Amino acid sequence: MASVTMIVNGKEVTANVDPRTLLAQFLREHLHLTGTHVGCDTSQCGACVVHVDGRSIKSCTTLAVACDGASVTTIEGIGTPDNLHPMQAAFRENHGLQCGFCTPGMIMSAIDIVNRKGHKLDEHTIREELEGNICRCTGYHNIVKAVAAGAEAMAGK
Amino acid sequence: MYAFSYHSPKTVRQAATLLGKNPDAKVLAGGQTLLPTMKQRLASPSALIDLGKAEGLSGIEVKGRNVVIGAMTRHADVASSAIVGEAIPALAALAGGIGDPAVRNRGTIGGSLANNDPAADYPSAVLALNATIITNKRKIPADEFFQGMFSTALEEGEVIVKVSFPIPSKAAYEKFPNPASRYAMVGVFVAKKGSETRVAVTGAGSDGVFRSAECEAALKARFNPKSLDGVKVKAAGLNSDIHASSEYRAHLIPVIAKRAVAKAMAK
Ligand SMILES: Cc1cc2nc3c(=O)[nH]c(=O)nc-3n(C[C@H](O)[C@H](O)[C@H](O)COP(=O)(O)OP(=O)(O)OC[C@H]3O[C@@H](n4cnc5c(N)ncnc54)[C@H](O)[C@@H]3O)c2cc1C
Ligand code: FES
Ligand code: FES
Repeated sequence: MASVTMIVNGKEVTANVDPRTLLAQFLREHLHLTGTHVGCDTSQCGACVVHVDGRSIKSCTTLAVACDGASVTTIEGIGTPDNLHPMQAAFRENHGLQCGFCTPGMIMSAIDIVNRKGHKLDEHTIREELEGNICRCTGYHNIVKAVAAGAEAMAGK
Repeated sequence: MYAFSYHSPKTVRQAATLLGKNPDAKVLAGGQTLLPTMKQRLASPSALIDLGKAEGLSGIEVKGRNVVIGAMTRHADVASSAIVGEAIPALAALAGGIGDPAVRNRGTIGGSLANNDPAADYPSAVLALNATIITNKRKIPADEFFQGMFSTALEEGEVIVKVSFPIPSKAAYEKFPNPASRYAMVGVFVAKKGSETRVAVTGAGSDGVFRSAECEAALKARFNPKSLDGVKVKAAGLNSDIHASSEYRAHLIPVIAKRAVAKAMAK
């Protein structure tokens, strides 16, 4: 077992974990933050994307112990049902989800895109930047619209 | 994933000591290749030596006529580096085209080179730019580093510390990605420095990255896309798989090389 301490959504947590515990597993099974999803076993789908020290990463391909000392933000940390993050609100308004399985990862990736590329995002940029997020339902069209709208809304936040 | 013991050394020296003490141990960098491999149980190291907290392994600087990049520098940081963008824009562009943003935020140059995936992007840059791999033990020239797919000159207990890239006068990378995986089906890095032109090909060789003698000979007299007209590359020794036959890859090499030369000249 190995000890790990990290800040998750603003709160410090310390735990003793088997070193092979993936960050996704740690968030879901130890902290019961089940908004982070696991959609594949091959590091390709992006359903598990969270932010570590402000950067998007695949939590299924990161060890929890490797995040010792880091600050982690999950989908639960960005908004509440009564007070959605502008990117969450944009996904709702633009019908950017159907089953919703990919949505937490899409939103965490989308916020990361805005952090790096700003609030005016063209369609091509959004599609290129969503390379690592797979959606089996929507056909992406409304996701792209939602990300563009969410990016603009974040400017006014 | 099978169980392993986890170590987080603070220095490269400690990492090397831990590697010596733990038979079957592996170094963990960004984990973007190693962890998926372990999840599939294709690798089962007894111990992981995480370089994440070891000092002095990340960062980018210009030293004389070289750009020196620390082994733990993430792909995203090379892609967005003002230093690399200024001195070797082709290298920044290459790093920005690896995988997807989340992979680029974790994956490292040292990990990519140590892994030497036959379709990885960085090996072509190291070979074409004639870079030097600096380890905790020695300096390894690019021409000696890559030794066939997934195999390198690294010895047991040897850790890549940094990579030194001579600044070329002209360079460009052109990748013909597999539409599903985005790994290179054929990727060509061309670099001109003084009177020498080097052309490195990834994604195509059944022994991994290699220099194309045909393309280099054609570009020797004149560094111009036209010099590659009519150049033929032999299919022998190239990969054939469900994505492309070796003949198709052989055809692609001069085509992609031509695009790379045109790109290098446009800068
Ligand atoms: C979805 C996806 C898409 C990808 N697409 C691409 C792509 O298009 N092009 C591309 O080139 N790559 C691609 N990759 C691979 C990615 O670039 C990896 O980051 C890289 O190959 C390995 O780097 P790492 O830092 O993650 O190394 P790790 O996975 O941590 O380690 C890889 C190997 O290198 C060894 N190692 C690591 N660091 C050192 C060191 N400093 N010294 C000695 N040995 C070391 C490890 O022991 C291990 O054997 C992709 C990966 C994923 C998951
Ligand atoms: S669950 Fe992490 S990429 Fe699919
Ligand atoms: S909404 Fe169902 S997978 Fe994207």
